[in-house]
Amino acid sequence: MTSAEIVGQDHGPPPLEEEQLPGGIRGAWERTKLNVRTGNLGPVPIIVGEIAVVIIFGFTATNFFTSTNFVNLITQTAGTCMLAYGVVFVLLLGEIDLSIGYLAGIGALIVAELQLPGSSWQVNGLIAMLIAVVAVAGIGAVQGSIVAFVGVPSFVVTLAGFLIWQGVILNKLEQKGTIIIQDRWINYTDLYTFSPLGGWVIAALVTALYPLSILYKKIVARGTQIAQQSWTMAILKTVGLGIAAFGTVAICNHGKIIETPLGLPLAGVLMVVFFVLLTFLAKWTTFGRHVYAVGGSAEAARRAGINVPRIRVLVFALSGAMAAIGGIIFAAQVNSVALTFPPGNLLLNAIASAVIGGVSLFGGRGEVRGALLGAILIGTLQNGLNTLSISNGWIYIVTGLVLLAAVTLDTFAVRLQARSGR
Amino acid sequence: MSDTPLLLQLQGITKAYGSVQALDDVDFEVRAGEVMALVGDNGAGKSTLVKCIAGTHSADSGRILFEGNEVQIHGPKDAARLGIEVVYQDLALCDNLDVVQNMYLGRELNRAQILSEAPMEQHTIETLKSLAVTTIKSVRQTVATLSGGQRQSVAVARAVMWNSKLVVLDEPTAALGVAQTEQVLDLVRRLGQQGLGVILVSHNLHDVFETADRITVLRLGRNVGVFERRETTQQAVVEAITAGVPTKVSGVTSAASAGGGA
Repeated sequence: MTSAEIVGQDHGPPPLEEEQLPGGIRGAWERTKLNVRTGNLGPVPIIVGEIAVVIIFGFTATNFFTSTNFVNLITQTAGTCMLAYGVVFVLLLGEIDLSIGYLAGIGALIVAELQLPGSSWQVNGLIAMLIAVVAVAGIGAVQGSIVAFVGVPSFVVTLAGFLIWQGVILNKLEQKGTIIIQDRWINYTDLYTFSPLGGWVIAALVTALYPLSILYKKIVARGTQIAQQSWTMAILKTVGLGIAAFGTVAICNHGKIIETPLGLPLAGVLMVVFFVLLTFLAKWTTFGRHVYAVGGSAEAARRAGINVPRIRVLVFALSGAMAAIGGIIFAAQVNSVALTFPPGNLLLNAIASAVIGGVSLFGGRGEVRGALLGAILIGTLQNGLNTLSISNGWIYIVTGLVLLAAVTLDTFAVRLQARSGR
Repeated sequence: MSDTPLLLQLQGITKAYGSVQALDDVDFEVRAGEVMALVGDNGAGKSTLVKCIAGTHSADSGRILFEGNEVQIHGPKDAARLGIEVVYQDLALCDNLDVVQNMYLGRELNRAQILSEAPMEQHTIETLKSLAVTTIKSVRQTVATLSGGQRQSVAVARAVMWNSKLVVLDEPTAALGVAQTEQVLDLVRRLGQQGLGVILVSHNLHDVFETADRITVLRLGRNVGVFERRETTQQAVVEAITAGVPTKVSGVTSAASAGGGA
């Protein structure tokens, strides 16, 4: 904003107060119209996009609309989604982490080594995973420290990390070849499926969690002007979420590989659990507030007494931890770690997920849910194109076009928001 | 006025950046309930002096007395602990956060690291009201949507909220239009009336003569004079800024004579 723009609109544009709108269904409709006009679309375009993609593939690909493929889709998406969660926090700072693809590989390599039967250092799979996550978070913290204390741009530090950790994986696996993962706990992270009943219980819990979170927010924000959902919207959204959750479980429970029945995969539950945890971290804790502040203006944050380097180090550690978790899930998917790890364009898919989900590359703007929705959209696209047996080249091209479209739409939305003063 | 005790007193402050002598044996003082303007041309040492008070730089030599006690200010936290708050020229607000979030930036109320939004918002509204900042529609607007004057008001209110005793305003009207400047100057006067010490750093003599009780003039890193606003003219102050003879000043009486000689 320049000073020229400021002068003469001292009282600002008339506020588009949500509470001035009528309540009930009509209010919800009015609010929607208002949001479209002011570019405050939130996650709507991406959800619409996802539905469109599902419909298109449902008609064109023979194997897409099967419950087994649906389970596959969840297990394929979970790993990328974990990395994308970490990317959200890094992007919120206005930084970038290019090392996460190979950090995921390092995480997978550590669990694979630690579970190796017959080796002197073999540990229980759960402990192996814990060690891997902590170790990779440590690597992230070291990279973050170089960014925070030395002042080397994160692009360069993590590009170096990209090369270094790729090198470590090559060195290790060129001698050893593929390491098979036999530990059941590790493989469970991607492949465990709940019994039908277990699936229903989880669907019920997830559905109940949302109104509870609304209630929590209403209690916390009692007597404040924090924008709140109307009860109508909350009920509508709860119903929508319920349909999605129970629908997911219903489809998963139908899936089977040959004669083995499938069910809701643990990988899908992990996606939801980390979504809830990290959203809480971003929105309701001092740490999250400071991440947004540093991303908005690092200098303002510093002057306000926020320990900016500490925030940077912690965020890169978080990014490393999420990369390790994602890497373990990917390794579990194929029960092994091979030279081809990490699979495909993991790094770019993770960053694209967050960006498609509306997380700004310039810091300070975006939400964790964006990564979840973005990862689901990219996962669906790539899964659908795969079932159509389209070449990898086209998969990359389509993913790229979707990324471009999402960011272009977001740019327009931001311009509209700026114009309407929101 | 002159019988109120000194809130802040700087004695013989010297600061050099390499071979550049930014401050040379400078004295400075503020009383509680007084608006003290700090004026001077570019490079006069205003910013450096503010940084010494704010704790972003420490002086090479000299004494700082706060409420009569000698203190050491080695960082912004030291200054904040004493009750000194600085509002910088470029505002130091986060555009992507709302008014409440900015007011509590870095000092969020929390229980076990979980934010307590309601009391923060309550206190923000009360603070803005006590300063008669009425143009802000909702404290949950992001700061990016506020006008320049509103942003400055938020920055000032934030400085006042922490039971501060001394508020330093660095060029608070530099980027503002006429009406908004008036708004902010009103706010500055109210701070003084509420018993706070205010240091107003400004290029703009109009603003200074609108609000200040006294005016300290620096030139080339040295004291030129301290003027009582009522007893001087813009003409005299301009002369002091552009051609004043650096003089060692202590106390008001000698300051007036030094100013007269300038």
